[in-house]
Amino acid sequence: MDSQIKGVSTGTTILAVTFNGGVIIGSDSRASIGGYYVSSKTINKLIQVHDRIFCCIAGSLADAQAVTKAAKFQISFHSIQMESPPLVKAAASVLKELCYNNKEELQAGFITAGWDRKKGPQVYTVALGGMLLSQPFTIGGSGSTYIYGYADAKYKPDMSKEECLQFATNALALAMGRDNVSGGVAHLVVITEEGVEHVVIPGDKLPKFHNE
Amino acid sequence: MTSYDLSASTFSPDGRVFQVEYAMKAVENSSTAIGIRCKDGVVFGVEKLVLSKLYEQGSNKRIFNVDRHVGMAVAGLLADARSLSEVAREEASNFRSNYGHNIPLKYLSERVAMYVHAYTLYSAVRPFGCSFIFGSYDQDDGPQLYMVDPSGISFGYWGCAIGKAKQAAKTEIEKLQMKDMTCRELVKEVAKIIYIVHDEVKDKAFELELSWVGEVTNGKHELVPKDIRVEAEKYAKASFPSSVAGEEGNCSGIST
Repeated sequence: MDSQIKGVSTGTTILAVTFNGGVIIGSDSRASIGGYYVSSKTINKLIQVHDRIFCCIAGSLADAQAVTKAAKFQISFHSIQMESPPLVKAAASVLKELCYNNKEELQAGFITAGWDRKKGPQVYTVALGGMLLSQPFTIGGSGSTYIYGYADAKYKPDMSKEECLQFATNALALAMGRDNVSGGVAHLVVITEEGVEHVVIPGDKLPKFHNE
Repeated sequence: MTSYDLSASTFSPDGRVFQVEYAMKAVENSSTAIGIRCKDGVVFGVEKLVLSKLYEQGSNKRIFNVDRHVGMAVAGLLADARSLSEVAREEASNFRSNYGHNIPLKYLSERVAMYVHAYTLYSAVRPFGCSFIFGSYDQDDGPQLYMVDPSGISFGYWGCAIGKAKQAAKTEIEKLQMKDMTCRELVKEVAKIIYIVHDEVKDKAFELELSWVGEVTNGKHELVPKDIRVEAEKYAKASFPSSVAGEEGNCSGIST
């Protein structure tokens, strides 16, 4: 899967989860080449595309950075023309258009999450070919395969912020523990109407499970 | 004053662009169209003058659907208006394609106004000879009403009128407390205003085109259903003060 991506890829674990009043978006921080060499232990996969909208990236790092750069510009311009903060759906649609119209050349997938006045906290998945899907929570990247069971079992709608932080941290820790191309630190961003809060958990401070 | 009015790319010494003003005159020659915004929607009414008994009823539409939630009533050169309705439709459609949701009316109105304005800059083209009123209803933003004129500016309104009887219509509109009315109440008042401003002497028969968009239609812009329109026209005719010469007998008020 990822070994077919030329150059630096984000074999990765990314997720986004809505809770009561906001959304948490999270990722690991490892970038690898071919699954053998860790080219960076501390890259940022959570890109802010607007005041209350973040994107996490998976796949080819170059493609993902190019797409998010273009999307950030378009969303910013759109927001100024509208004279109001953009809808999360609009931001996700912009990404989707870029992915779908350039699907032959690109190999990048995204999770867009944020808060807007109209619909509150939302999570959208933009898959490789340009599919757009809205979900209460979603996981992505190579590491996500190891935590589908955990996520499906432990997710509850309308969690509190603390419960959601615990859920996201555990999920990332479990994935990073099993996936060789995910690792480093856990980046988490909590987005609510009031603002945006970054939480960084170094690898040794992540929750430990059996046998660790 | 000659020679300053030959092209849109020339100012007059007193700072006017005559071609744009002449375009507005073209709108004033057309029959009246009004749009009013109320508590839970927007209602349009157009006085369609029937120039020949051979016209098919309901054809020659003056109110267009620009998107599911947006309607547009026009006055002026109808050919210009129809081509601009296509421009508006494309704007709304492209917006939805790019951003995944309904186009906000303020933005649509500004985009169409920008397009109209572009035609007031060059001598190679003439300005559009039509004004339009846009109306929409959205669950979060509520009802919105915007008007675009041939100079290319757009303003938001609670009520506006374009066409030959716009002054008289505006006077009638100002008497209404539209902010407290619902669409069902407003439909009757809109029909009444069109009947009042219709000039029996100069223009003979007319057809009333009524449309609305609001909570009552679930956010969809559509022509007012026949039974409601018939009731509104009955109310309009009954409200005529009996001292008006010429009476409603001459108003054939053909309805679709």
